[in-house]
Amino acid sequence: MKSITRQKSLEEIAEQLANLDHVFIVGCGTCTTMTKTGGIDQVVEMKDRLLEIDKRVSGWTVIPIACDEMTEAAMKENSRAIENANCVLVMTCALGVHRISTYIDRPVVPALDTLFIAVEETPGYFREVCAQCGQCILGETAGICPITNCHKGLVNGPCGGTNNGKCEVDKEKDCAWTLIYEGLKAQGRLDLMRKYYPPRNHHVVLRPRTIKIE
Amino acid sequence: MVSRFRDALNSGKFVITSEVAPPKGTNIDKMLHHIELLKDKVDAINVTDHQSSVMRFPSLGGCLAIKEQGGEPILQMTCRDRNRLALQAELLLAHTRGINNVLCLTGDAVPVGDHKEAKGVFDLDSVQLLSAIRSMESGQDMGGNSLDGSVEFCAGAIVTPEAQPIEPQLIKFEKKVEAGAEFFQTQAIYDLENFSQFMHCARQFPVKILAGIVLLSSARMAKYMNENVPGIFVPQDLIDELAGVAKEEMLAKGIEIAGRMIATLKRDAICDGVHIMAIAKEEVVPDILAAAGL
Repeated sequence: MKSITRQKSLEEIAEQLANLDHVFIVGCGTCTTMTKTGGIDQVVEMKDRLLEIDKRVSGWTVIPIACDEMTEAAMKENSRAIENANCVLVMTCALGVHRISTYIDRPVVPALDTLFIAVEETPGYFREVCAQCGQCILGETAGICPITNCHKGLVNGPCGGTNNGKCEVDKEKDCAWTLIYEGLKAQGRLDLMRKYYPPRNHHVVLRPRTIKIE
Repeated sequence: MVSRFRDALNSGKFVITSEVAPPKGTNIDKMLHHIELLKDKVDAINVTDHQSSVMRFPSLGGCLAIKEQGGEPILQMTCRDRNRLALQAELLLAHTRGINNVLCLTGDAVPVGDHKEAKGVFDLDSVQLLSAIRSMESGQDMGGNSLDGSVEFCAGAIVTPEAQPIEPQLIKFEKKVEAGAEFFQTQAIYDLENFSQFMHCARQFPVKILAGIVLLSSARMAKYMNENVPGIFVPQDLIDELAGVAKEEMLAKGIEIAGRMIATLKRDAICDGVHIMAIAKEEVVPDILAAAGL
């Protein structure tokens, strides 16, 4: 599972850094290294680009896993350089941004947008497979999630926009319900496609979502 | 409730419906003109609901205009823009204003339209919307609460007989029947042999099927639809027939083709009626009917 991110434009980053001229940069050794949005190479490149727009960089680090509790130690190790900055520019996914925010009192500025959670199906190809809806029906849909893979999240079969196995929003995208149909047919379980699914509960866990494991 | 449309469906006659598209803006003159032109020539008029996800004057507003002019409206309702509260509320309003027919659709995807960054709702799908209508008719809303005054609708849906693969469409068709659809208006059909095969399956169910007739106004339009519109297949011989006439005669040829198809569907009793879509050329619908001998 990987958190998929995309770097914001330098213009947007510069706008967020207005009046914040001393910057400390944090990257992540896991997801954003793999997606080449916040690994060592991108952090060093960001440092150079910030210098070009007359920012000062008091230091940088790439934490092994920015979203876990070890981040607290990493922030402590770099406390001096962070104190010399007036903000931290974070090149991790939003989970890392949150984690870092809990340990430091400087403004935290995200350099990336977090897009979705994905699995790497083939090298370099990441696909969203779960929308975390809280009502898993994968057992009845040949392991293909219609909430995630159907553009409209339909649970009762294909819409009229399905076109030779492709989706109306993009001819490159597969129609989830054609895949489900083919999968169930191959399993000899096509009867499952005839099942009526009632409207979904959009509040399985009330937002904001939290859980306490005892 | 007296649905003239339902009466027509149950009368055994060959039923004709057509549709009008509301404007983008408040100038409804053209739509009113089309309603005036169609209201006495067809059994009911559909009003599209932000067709192709393009923001327009609402379907409900068009249906009210049809009522005011003495016509029989079919309210097209997509699940794209409203959640279950808003859909139910609109059904309550429609019922109080004598709009007795609803066509339940999932709706096109938002990114194909002109407000590409808008949120697509899809809280319900077409099957669930049909089911919700039947539940409301029994006096209960979707939350299980009693309604102070229920609704009654002649409710229908769509089906795409030319979809590939066809089996998932047929399964969904059956789900719509089970959820309470009384009638179906199909996506455009051109290959009558293919359509007859679909009808062979559809005839097993107690529903009325109106074949979708989309006017071909030029060979270019036919080719465009083949390439870009899901579930539409215009056979090459029809494209050749259109291409064989001068450009200024193509529309007349398209009217002739539509009329010929309707006449065949009626003569051979292939289906229960037709739904004529003369997209952006609604004023020629009477000519299509004349060409069909109706």
